Amino acid sequence: MTDSSEDKNGAAEAADTAGAAAEAGPVAETGAAPAPAGPGKPAAFLEVRDLKVHFPTDDGLVKSVDGLTFSLEKGKTLGIVGESGSGKSVTSLAVMGLHRASRRQRSKVTMSGEIWLDGKELVGADPDEVRRLRGRQMAMIFQDPLSALHPFYTVGSQIVEAYRVHHDVDKKTARKRAIEMLDRVGIPQPDKRVDDHPHQFSGGMRQRAMIAMALVNNPELLIADEPTTALDVTVQAQILDLIRDLQKEFGSAVIIITHDLGVVAELADDLLVMYGGRCVERGPAERVFAAPQHPYTWGLLGSMPRIDRDQTDRLIPVKGSPPSLINVPSGCAFNPRCPYADVPKDNLTRTVRPELRQVDGGHFSACHMAQEERERIWTEEIAPKL
Amino acid sequence: MFSYIIRRLISAVILLLIVSAVTFGIFFLLPKMAGQTTDQLAQQYIGKAPTAADIAAVKKNLGLDKPVYEQYWEFLKGIFVGVDYKFGPDAAKCHVPCFGYSFKTHIEVWPEIQSRLPVTLSLAAGAAVLWVVSGVATGVLSALRPGSLFDRMAMGVALAGVSLPMFFTGALALALFTYQWPIFERSDYVPLMEDPLLWARTLVLPWVTLAFLYSALYARLTRAGMLETLNEDYIRTARAKGLHERKVVLRHGLRAALTPIITVFGMDLGLLLGGALITEQVFSLKGVGAFAVEAINANDLPNILGVTLLAAFFIVICNLVVDVLYAAVDPRVRLS
Repeated sequence: MTDSSEDKNGAAEAADTAGAAAEAGPVAETGAAPAPAGPGKPAAFLEVRDLKVHFPTDDGLVKSVDGLTFSLEKGKTLGIVGESGSGKSVTSLAVMGLHRASRRQRSKVTMSGEIWLDGKELVGADPDEVRRLRGRQMAMIFQDPLSALHPFYTVGSQIVEAYRVHHDVDKKTARKRAIEMLDRVGIPQPDKRVDDHPHQFSGGMRQRAMIAMALVNNPELLIADEPTTALDVTVQAQILDLIRDLQKEFGSAVIIITHDLGVVAELADDLLVMYGGRCVERGPAERVFAAPQHPYTWGLLGSMPRIDRDQTDRLIPVKGSPPSLINVPSGCAFNPRCPYADVPKDNLTRTVRPELRQVDGGHFSACHMAQEERERIWTEEIAPKL
Repeated sequence: MFSYIIRRLISAVILLLIVSAVTFGIFFLLPKMAGQTTDQLAQQYIGKAPTAADIAAVKKNLGLDKPVYEQYWEFLKGIFVGVDYKFGPDAAKCHVPCFGYSFKTHIEVWPEIQSRLPVTLSLAAGAAVLWVVSGVATGVLSALRPGSLFDRMAMGVALAGVSLPMFFTGALALALFTYQWPIFERSDYVPLMEDPLLWARTLVLPWVTLAFLYSALYARLTRAGMLETLNEDYIRTARAKGLHERKVVLRHGLRAALTPIITVFGMDLGLLLGGALITEQVFSLKGVGAFAVEAINANDLPNILGVTLLAAFFIVICNLVVDVLYAAVDPRVRLS
């Protein structure tokens, strides 16, 4: 905490200069983002290009998301992984157009880049147009279903409301639809439970009801922000199964945001690792798990408890704490915590921000180390310990 | 829900009994603490130069020599069956519901209060409508754009409203709108049924001054409550549904922010119904509050007791209504 108070002095200045350096310097990210970028309408169902979400605060500019690019097809699942404050939640809120309504509400948020959803660009779109897409074409489920459901209204009436925003039907029809959805997500006696209030549901049932509410309009994009974090372990698996089943049934695109690599291993086709508001590694999930290319990903894997590991072996935690999003470390944002920061010559990690570079196929990583070097460290030093 | 209301009703009745017992006890003790003997007390009810026999008779008739619980029982009984007072050569009948008899004015307490209740009710109800509507609306608008020009101005006015005492704003309003620019002439209370227009006209100034004080409070309360609720997760959920922002704020935000306001409103209205002492004085309205002031000035114990019990009654009733409303608004309350 003492650090952050020191940060305040001249934090704004520092953030400004850092920003200017990033833009003017030789490694300006704009346009450097690899893969499907390019002008005009994209082919992918969801495509995010060079997304930046910045919140000006009294302490300086908070760069929650700072140049993020990814794409997602219908029927596929993208897992976004990272520590708290890595920008993963803000990313999902930005896609939904809900970034303004976050807790930083009072500050003026600036968002740049492009978000293409089914051929429509959302960053520059009229907020009211985005609102009409919300809940219909894209829906979201949240971490804590107890606080995410309104305590004063019945579960049924909240689902009915979600349905009637986008469908001009009478209450009776909508209620039928709500019961049908509750049944579909596995709530017993849905015709009775529809009139219950959220506090009468168990944690797992609440999350099921949230999912029913999110899916009531058959959205093509479902964003799940830590959907199992607040639930019992036994219920977590059920909810993940449910999300997978429903995705198959509805054929929607799913973004699952989590800090739990186990969840991603379970569900995701693609994996995106975020650090300090940027993507440090992304690619097909099995490839990233088989041969991760970024020291931060190694750290995440090493922090994951595993039953098949010998109990005498310690977890390998990532040292230190997530970077301040106001004073992002120069060079590679991960360099103060990276055990291999001094491997590349010329002090590169501390001066130059690494760009995403292709490893193979759709696998990208932002690290200054040479690929051979990374692969050697992974196979010789990291993998045996996991 | 039904059993909840029954439970609340029973506890309200018990509370009223306790309050009346305590109040009665205090009024029984007060003269004693002031050093008055029961003889002196009895003497007050008789004319000049009473004989010892007169005093003894009055003491017996009024039950002044009985223990406090017996006197309280007689008082309670009187509410339901009435009382016949005999003192000296005179006698007085106190009809049902008998809340006492003023031996100074020789008028029963209840009819006197009854005749003044409409004034206080009109004053309180009109002001309440004004302050709830303006206070809550201001609070909501302020909370939507915290730090905006409107917010800062509204909160500045609210601060003034909370800080300025009634006798100042009331007197100022009178000076400006009755004497300087006689828009609202001073006139006596006119019953609503007799002439609704005139009724409203005589009450506009007291309504507005009273509402100014309270709406300031309610604006601040609403603003704080809304700012808190608008940060709740379920507001984000409501937005994620694609609801219009107006519905998000009113149906989801205000609904949740209203519950603490209902509580405060019940208390305020209950207090006010027991007599708006200062407001009624400033605007020379002959309501319950003015009656209380007269009774206190005249040291007329039965009247003071009657008004006090009425005030307690209103507070208990308003709280009962609040409890029921609360359960209607927040389903979680019904469980406990």
